[in-house]
Amino acid sequence: MAKVVPRPHLSLWENLYVVEIFKGLMTTWGHVQKNVTTGAFETRNYPEEAPSLPRDYRARHRLMKRPDGSPRCVACFMCSTACPARCINIVAEEADRADIEKRPATFEIDLLLCVFCGFCVEACPCDAIRMDTTIGVMVHDNRRDFIITKDKLLDWAPADYPATDTQSQKAPGGTLNAQALAEFNAGSRH
Amino acid sequence: MTFKPLPPSVTSADLNLGDAFVTTRVDAVVNWGRRNSLWPFPFGTACCGIEFMGVVSSMYDVSRFGAELVRFSPRQADLLIIAGTITYKMAPVLQRIYDQMCEPKWVLSVGACATSGGFYDCYCTVPGMDEIVPVDMYVAGCPPRPEAFLEAIVSLQKKIDRESMAEQKMVGA
Repeated sequence: MAKVVPRPHLSLWENLYVVEIFKGLMTTWGHVQKNVTTGAFETRNYPEEAPSLPRDYRARHRLMKRPDGSPRCVACFMCSTACPARCINIVAEEADRADIEKRPATFEIDLLLCVFCGFCVEACPCDAIRMDTTIGVMVHDNRRDFIITKDKLLDWAPADYPATDTQSQKAPGGTLNAQALAEFNAGSRH
Repeated sequence: MTFKPLPPSVTSADLNLGDAFVTTRVDAVVNWGRRNSLWPFPFGTACCGIEFMGVVSSMYDVSRFGAELVRFSPRQADLLIIAGTITYKMAPVLQRIYDQMCEPKWVLSVGACATSGGFYDCYCTVPGMDEIVPVDMYVAGCPPRPEAFLEAIVSLQKKIDRESMAEQKMVGA
């Protein structure tokens, strides 16, 4: 049984459309007046103004570092297993420390395959990969440049992250790094 | 008036017309016009097409770069924006639309699906648009932010600025 929707009954003024068109144009005119008088344009001037992304926006990845500067990744392949797009490519090798078994020889992410779901961040058991760089603009004229290597993923400064982010501040150059490095050398793993 | 050929003793060096000089100035004017009046054809097959709507509307106004005149006829467009998953069934349609566009034309491949197939690693999805049409600029993201769209258009404008009419792509090449 189909539901019958009654047609709206239009008055003579509404049927003429002329009045309704001008009523609509008054909305446009209101916006014009607001733009001219207050200068409050809705448009964001992207190349001049940097986009304001929230801290938890899933942007380009970065690899976290131990206090001595080595990547925190232990090459367990949890992230590449969880990745639905299979964009993470890790080659493991034996670590040089006695208390750490493996480390990544290469750690590559193909940003063109990546769907920025954040599963790698959730899967990582040692908080080695994060997506909080707020780098949301990735444009190149070839596909090769989108494959970012371990060096690129480790290339970030603790100064770019808030001081409340203690894990970032424990990296080399961070404010907590000296204390964290002493703990790390004393035997604490992270 | 009949055309009188130059006597063989006069060479181009005697005329003192370096052909590079003239060509460069024409390139500058033509490229200025081309890069500031890109007419996009949105080939939106998935959610990146929805993102393109945000790019052309007032919050991220793509008309600040002269690319707001969206044409839904390939004959009138010179920028093909591939935004979305392209299946093998859709691929001939896309190629035909690309062939129907007039020279000069540029292609923007937007999002994970169009550029690489994304996580659709299956029998029906084309793994990357450059298998079918030549792509000038790739944008990563799923979907990419509107800022990435704008960055791609700015990068494409810089690329158009470097192009030369003398080296222009031939039709059908």
